[in-house]
Amino acid sequence: MNPFTYSRATDGNAALSELAAANGQAKLLGGGTNLIDLMKMGVEQPKKLIDINRLAPLAKIEELPGGGLRLGALSRNSDVAEHPLVRERYPVLSQALLAGASPQLRNMATTGGNLLQRTRCYYFYDPAFPACNKRQPGSGCGALEGFNRIHAILGQSDQCIATHPSDMCVALAALEAVVRVQGPKGEREIPFGEFHTLPGEHLENDTVLGKDELITAVDLPAAPWVKHSHYLKVRDRASYTFALVSVAAVLEIDGGTIKQARIALGGVAHKPWRAKEAEQKLAGSRADEAAFRAAADAALAGAKGYKYNSFKIELARRAIVRALGTLAGTPRSA
Amino acid sequence: MTDSDFQSLPPTRRDFLRQLAAAGAAVTLAPYFLAPSFAEARETAAAGAMETALSPVPAGPEAVDVTLTINGAKQTLKLDPRVSLLDALRERLNLTGSKKGCDHGQCGACTVLVNGRRINSCLSLAVTHEGDEVITIEGLAQGNELHPVQSAFIKHDGFQCGYCTPGQICSAVACIAEGHTKHDDEIREWMSGNLCRCGAYPNIVAAINEAKGQPQPALKRQLSSVS
Ligand SMILES: Cc1cc2nc3c(=O)[nH]c(=O)nc-3n(C[C@H](O)[C@H](O)[C@H](O)COP(=O)(O)OP(=O)(O)OC[C@H]3O[C@@H](n4cnc5c(N)ncnc54)[C@H](O)[C@@H]3O)c2cc1C
Ligand code: FES
Ligand code: FES
Repeated sequence: MNPFTYSRATDGNAALSELAAANGQAKLLGGGTNLIDLMKMGVEQPKKLIDINRLAPLAKIEELPGGGLRLGALSRNSDVAEHPLVRERYPVLSQALLAGASPQLRNMATTGGNLLQRTRCYYFYDPAFPACNKRQPGSGCGALEGFNRIHAILGQSDQCIATHPSDMCVALAALEAVVRVQGPKGEREIPFGEFHTLPGEHLENDTVLGKDELITAVDLPAAPWVKHSHYLKVRDRASYTFALVSVAAVLEIDGGTIKQARIALGGVAHKPWRAKEAEQKLAGSRADEAAFRAAADAALAGAKGYKYNSFKIELARRAIVRALGTLAGTPRSA
Repeated sequence: MTDSDFQSLPPTRRDFLRQLAAAGAAVTLAPYFLAPSFAEARETAAAGAMETALSPVPAGPEAVDVTLTINGAKQTLKLDPRVSLLDALRERLNLTGSKKGCDHGQCGACTVLVNGRRINSCLSLAVTHEGDEVITIEGLAQGNELHPVQSAFIKHDGFQCGYCTPGQICSAVACIAEGHTKHDDEIREWMSGNLCRCGAYPNIVAAINEAKGQPQPALKRQLSSVS
């Protein structure tokens, strides 16, 4: 690991000025479960670590007027997952969190850090591989012609086919959460769908967050109907591994007819993937398997597979049908 | 037992490993597994690593002071900020019960309790633990009396080689305190952060089932429930 200076921030403004002063050379330290790992690998080499774990106001989970919920950036994944209001109003989020990592890691991992965790693409994670446009802009993409089993099938470019690995973020995409950030110019709110980016010009950035900005919280909007939600994670082991494909589904059904739907997919794209075409197909149709299949087809219409990951296209379709079926309580045919 | 018995306590496993490295005994073993040049490099590296383990790691110019409580005892350390909590425990405080399996959060061998919650000490920088209360496997027994989870692991043969066991036991203590032990499936899911290469899983589940019904002693610091 590269040497760095360490500072323990005791107030938010001080942390922000330290961050700005470091000119992109500093990193904020949350739970450390991704950053420290990447520093051990030599992928991240910050000159300074600003430990924000003592910023108590950021650790709160608070009710918002009108029925929403604010998750402080330092709230731990385990606490969010087990929070009574999260379980009651946003079950898909609780389920997604509990499907991720391990109890130990969830006790450490924070809401803010989870949003910013980097891809688990092998070519990114291990600098022994020479080619990775995300790690070393212009070096190429090792995964394109390499071992790409865990890689993207939607929204990829020929520069990068990495996926965003978070479970939590898939639920937040379906819940239309809002990311609150603070920087030298003050506060701003970023709609969840705009927070993570698709592989474009600046592959080294996975999000629109500025290098001098700090995430303060994630807001979950009040929407009583999202209570009817479900997270399905498909993976190589029963537990403690990342998703091959995952689905966050939210349905409002009235008398057998779907009034509105939200679907987000994990493990398939550079960002948590909102399947709006599928949602449009579902709105107004009967809550039955035919409709779920049509929605799944719409969601995967633009999908493209590579040598080792084409199986994900059919897997994602079936996962969508299964998640919607579970949620609607409809029987499944084989 | 006489005084001299105390003075001639059997060497610890660490002493044995040190002697092994010093005598170059590893050279005679290594070629069975590795090409000679690689084996040599490995052996030199291993001896080097052993050296560093013996002398305190120089703290470096960016060293940071940290005071924390470990198994009930206050410790003040000056540490290079790169040192993980696991390395601080093992290399600085000689608490070698916590194990390093992967050093990347993937196996759970390094699990310890911090302020009553289980974490992976390999992914946690020691300097971030100012004022924290850490319990390691060494802090679970009360004197000669084993913690009920420790006794249950022995009774149910919850291990073979034992490498994952300190992490399994710390994790199990927290798992019981959290209340995630209602049935076998729940235990398996909530213990999934601890891998066992020997596959002692059924016996680990049996041990936890036994221990969960027993009164859990207050640790040096009371465990708080996560839920
Ligand atoms: C073995 C293993 C298995 C895992 N399995 C899963 C899984 O199945 N599903 C899943 O979703 N995740 C999984 N994870 C990933 C885990 O969820 C993330 O590592 C974790 O959520 C990151 O949070 P953190 O607080 O530890 O972040 P850190 O490592 O502290 O930080 C990550 C990044 O966020 C930045 N940062 C942190 N907080 C802020 C803030 N408030 N403002 C601005 N920047 C900030 C840091 O500078 C850093 O760049 C796994 C991790 C491991 C090690
Ligand atoms: S050594 Fe920490 S999880 Fe493996
Ligand atoms: S007992 Fe050998 S690894 Fe678990």
